[in-house]
Amino acid sequence: MGEIYTVAIIGSGPAGLSAAARAAALGLSHVLLEKTDHLSDTIYKYQKGKHVMATPANLVLRSDIDFEAGKREVILGLWDEQIAGHKVHVKYHAEARAIRGTGDAIPGSVQQLVTRARDGTKSVRDIQRHAPPYAIELANGETVMAQNVILAIGTQGNPNRMRCPGADLPHVQYQLDDPAEYVDEHIVIVGTGDAGIENARGLAEDPAQRNTVSILNRGTEFPTAKDANVKALMADHEAGKLMIRTESETASIEPGFITLTTRDGELRIPCDRIIARIGSAPPRAFVEECGIEFSSEDRSAFPKLSPVFESTAPGIFVIGALAGYPLIKHCMNQGHDVIEFINGNTELKPADEPIIAAKFASLPGNRSTGEWLEFLRTNVSILNGMNPLQMREFMLDSEARFFGPSEVIFERNAPGSSLFGIASGSVAVEVNPADPSITIPIEAGSIFGEVGLISGRRRGATIRAAEDTIVVEISRLAALKLQSQVPTAKAAIQRISIERQLLQMFGSGLKREDVAALVEAARVEEKRAGEVVVAEGADDKDVFIIRRGSMIVEKAIGERPVFLSYLPAGSYFGEMAVIDGSLRTATVKAAIKSEVIRLPGEGFLALLEKNPALREKAMKDMAGRRATNAFIESRKDSFGGAVDLYSETAQFLVDNGIGEATDVLLIDEKLCIGCDNCEKACADSHDGLTRLDREAGRTYAHLHVPTSCRHCEHPHCMADCPPNAIKRGPDGEVFIDDTCIGCGNCQRNCPYGVIRMDAKPPKKPSLLQWMLFGRGPGPGEASYNWRKKAAAKDGTPKAKQAIKCDMCSGIDGGPACVRACPTGAAIRVSPDKFLTFTKLTEDAE
Amino acid sequence: MMATKAAQTKGGTGRFTQDEKRRDSDHVSFLKHRGFRWLWIALALSAASIAGYVLIDQEPRPNGGTWYGYTLGTIGFGLILWLSLLGVRKRRINPGAWSLKAWTSAHVYLGLSLAVVGTLHTGFQMGWNVHTLAYVLMLLVIVTGIYGVVVYATLPASLSSNRKEMTRAQMLDALTAIDRQLESAAQPLGRAEADLVIAALAQDVFYGGPLARLTGRYPGCATSRALKRMGGNSEETARVGSLLERRRDQLAQIRGALRIRAMLEIWLFIHIPLTIALIAALTAHVISVFYYW
Repeated sequence: MGEIYTVAIIGSGPAGLSAAARAAALGLSHVLLEKTDHLSDTIYKYQKGKHVMATPANLVLRSDIDFEAGKREVILGLWDEQIAGHKVHVKYHAEARAIRGTGDAIPGSVQQLVTRARDGTKSVRDIQRHAPPYAIELANGETVMAQNVILAIGTQGNPNRMRCPGADLPHVQYQLDDPAEYVDEHIVIVGTGDAGIENARGLAEDPAQRNTVSILNRGTEFPTAKDANVKALMADHEAGKLMIRTESETASIEPGFITLTTRDGELRIPCDRIIARIGSAPPRAFVEECGIEFSSEDRSAFPKLSPVFESTAPGIFVIGALAGYPLIKHCMNQGHDVIEFINGNTELKPADEPIIAAKFASLPGNRSTGEWLEFLRTNVSILNGMNPLQMREFMLDSEARFFGPSEVIFERNAPGSSLFGIASGSVAVEVNPADPSITIPIEAGSIFGEVGLISGRRRGATIRAAEDTIVVEISRLAALKLQSQVPTAKAAIQRISIERQLLQMFGSGLKREDVAALVEAARVEEKRAGEVVVAEGADDKDVFIIRRGSMIVEKAIGERPVFLSYLPAGSYFGEMAVIDGSLRTATVKAAIKSEVIRLPGEGFLALLEKNPALREKAMKDMAGRRATNAFIESRKDSFGGAVDLYSETAQFLVDNGIGEATDVLLIDEKLCIGCDNCEKACADSHDGLTRLDREAGRTYAHLHVPTSCRHCEHPHCMADCPPNAIKRGPDGEVFIDDTCIGCGNCQRNCPYGVIRMDAKPPKKPSLLQWMLFGRGPGPGEASYNWRKKAAAKDGTPKAKQAIKCDMCSGIDGGPACVRACPTGAAIRVSPDKFLTFTKLTEDAE
Repeated sequence: MMATKAAQTKGGTGRFTQDEKRRDSDHVSFLKHRGFRWLWIALALSAASIAGYVLIDQEPRPNGGTWYGYTLGTIGFGLILWLSLLGVRKRRINPGAWSLKAWTSAHVYLGLSLAVVGTLHTGFQMGWNVHTLAYVLMLLVIVTGIYGVVVYATLPASLSSNRKEMTRAQMLDALTAIDRQLESAAQPLGRAEADLVIAALAQDVFYGGPLARLTGRYPGCATSRALKRMGGNSEETARVGSLLERRRDQLAQIRGALRIRAMLEIWLFIHIPLTIALIAALTAHVISVFYYW
């Protein structure tokens, strides 16, 4: 066994590089372990010439290596140079497989490892932690010893490996850099996701390469790949360029051949190269094996860390994206700081100190940043369970605000998905929109705004400060992180939200005591899209409230299901069977992935017993629903065609994601003349790039759903935005601001393909110049060539950023696409208003 | 930011009310816009013009030169200039909270009422002069416009049916995919048959003149010819035959789209130049009238 380093840094991304450079500058004995033959593999794999951005702009960079926004090549070159200049000890081809303590067993320090099998069974294994120094076992069999280990491995993970006999042969590879590299080979692709399909097509693209390419498919469908890729692959197969082998799996691999198990038995075919693209495993399993605990079982959870980034395994530190900080600048600062901490510098203040200090600047009370953080943490009950590092991180995504007496905090019907915690003072909720003088108080320590957070819908009531009040406004992202890190906070938010939902749902007159029993008995259940919650004819007796998502109500009329109505989040259902004891009269199923609150029928009945006013309201709602059902059923007899059209059109719209939309563009193709004026107006209203594609998308009964943002209740695009650039605006629009770093995550996450990545083109000559002198490309989006030429002439290259519809926020008159339609074909609607019998069956003419 | 922004800026929720109205609105075509508002306005204008023409005693006879004639002429001239601005309006969407549908609706109905106003302005006096030229041009513009309204109201549904959820680019891609298969499938064919396929593949997708576009008849279509003359009943010719059929169907879809688009657009190639000619003739008409006053 060789030298024991003071620190070993695993991973040479921005975080690892910065840490290594700091260690080298301080003269610590160190080693930087990198699994490939180059530094910073994630950025290395970016496409050539990609513009890498440096956000947040207000964060100072604290690192021994430099970084500013620029081209991938420039940044990588600079880092290579500076790492060499700092004489950093880098060990390439050093992939860590395991880290274990070699000191004494630490008493009482046991890591519980929970493994979940595919069938849902769990197995628990205990690992005894051992003290440093740590032995880092590498893939090539070497061992590196270190007192401290810094994990800076990011979240990319390692590709899944093949497991059949012969899988470790050298001609099995997990990546394809340049398809043009291989000629005259028999190549088998394993994996039918987008990566596998793209590789197969790339290798077969040029017949001059004379490759014999086959792609293996365990089944017959390609469920995980994009539709366009699958179609292209099918076309290549039909054209004989490559071969899709369905219902085939690898049995064994040997040099020059591969054996497959197929429907018709085993098949041995020649094979010079195997490219396996079978997904990648998140690094969590590896990290847990090292003795590092995560904050929860949530997939999005991060490792538990101390204020100095130390994990639950003493001497192992976690920084960068794996610690929950995906931005390059954050990573580099942490690399610097963690080495300082290890080196004994306990006085160091985090680099984000000025950002957090600015958030408290406007509050009365003259406290220091640390005091403010502690003030919020101790006074807002859901924040009690956080540690100081988490509190800091939490504050980066949150705002502290002061409101004077009767100042409005938010208004009814304003959009907003943030959660508020009251640190001091109290607020008043205007429960009756008709009479603002009727209010319900919420005291210090509690929260409000949770309905917007959970359902993604607009604020249900106006809330004012009742006295001098300090609140912390927690962004949706921070609230989700909080819930995954602090289980007690999650439980508290859930309880309060159920209670409030009950109070709000059943209207005035109810008090917290009235619903207390029901809240206790309530269960939150998640429902998959299409999952049946209530089945027609069944005799179960629970009542449901839709917490998030939406439901559709169907009834079988003459064998076929007929769409009755659409229920948005916040509605309740199932009360009919409870009140009159009948069987379920209709089927209710989830339109999209949803959450419902299940209330036991008896509890609901008991509540009705005690509250005659509520009973009356429930009876009225029920009569309304009965009338709708009866109307459609009666129509079915006389106008069967209209009901079928309505039912099928509604189903078509729900299948196309309208159920989760808040504002969606539809085109009535009985009116659309195909002039594309909507696209042109869109481009002319937004930097010369159109954000909708009129022709693309599905059509049913002349109702067309073009490729354009639906402003989902829970936007998929927001799920993984490193700079948090995607927000919901004051009018409900989901928009991307200028801090976008162009990573493309949102584009990949959007199931509707409405986000494009492009650079803003220079300004066009004016309309008058075009009309009179023919200057410039004219109205609408300029051709790619014009934009490219104009940008070249302009000089400053612009980075590609994510572009999507912002509902023409800030433009007088509303969405330009609708205003620019000459015939009235383009409409923007919301599902709760549009999915009704009259709207769907009316004739547009 | 976030929620409080709406509360702070007045009108933050004002747009919400406006948006909710939009999200709840019925989809109504340009013809029915706002309960035929512009139809009623146009009818009122026409009725008033006729009533004035009948009731007002014009000396020596109804004519463009009486005070009433001048009034009608001014209204007509103003209308023509305003109607011609639609072309600018539709290309300049911002700024302004207006809708092109309302403009189209007004354009259609006021344009039709112009036939009444203009005719009454002439006092039914025609001749071989620039004045009558302007009048005839105006009628031609109106007639082409009527054609436009008819096709806008009737053709979009067939455009949509013909499209079958495919974009224009996808239609061309589908043809390219068929062509690639056709090329390899035709390799084993004899010289004569292969030539037929080559001719089909070599022909431009957009082959055919304006007449072919509008009628949908392509007598020189090499794909149809190849299908007709493809002989033999070997396995290879059968495969090529079925591919040629697919090519013919794909071409039919593309040509169908071209045909409907052409019918939706052809009238603009007359309507707009005639409008420009009309404005020129009108200018001459106005100047000459004032010059010889």
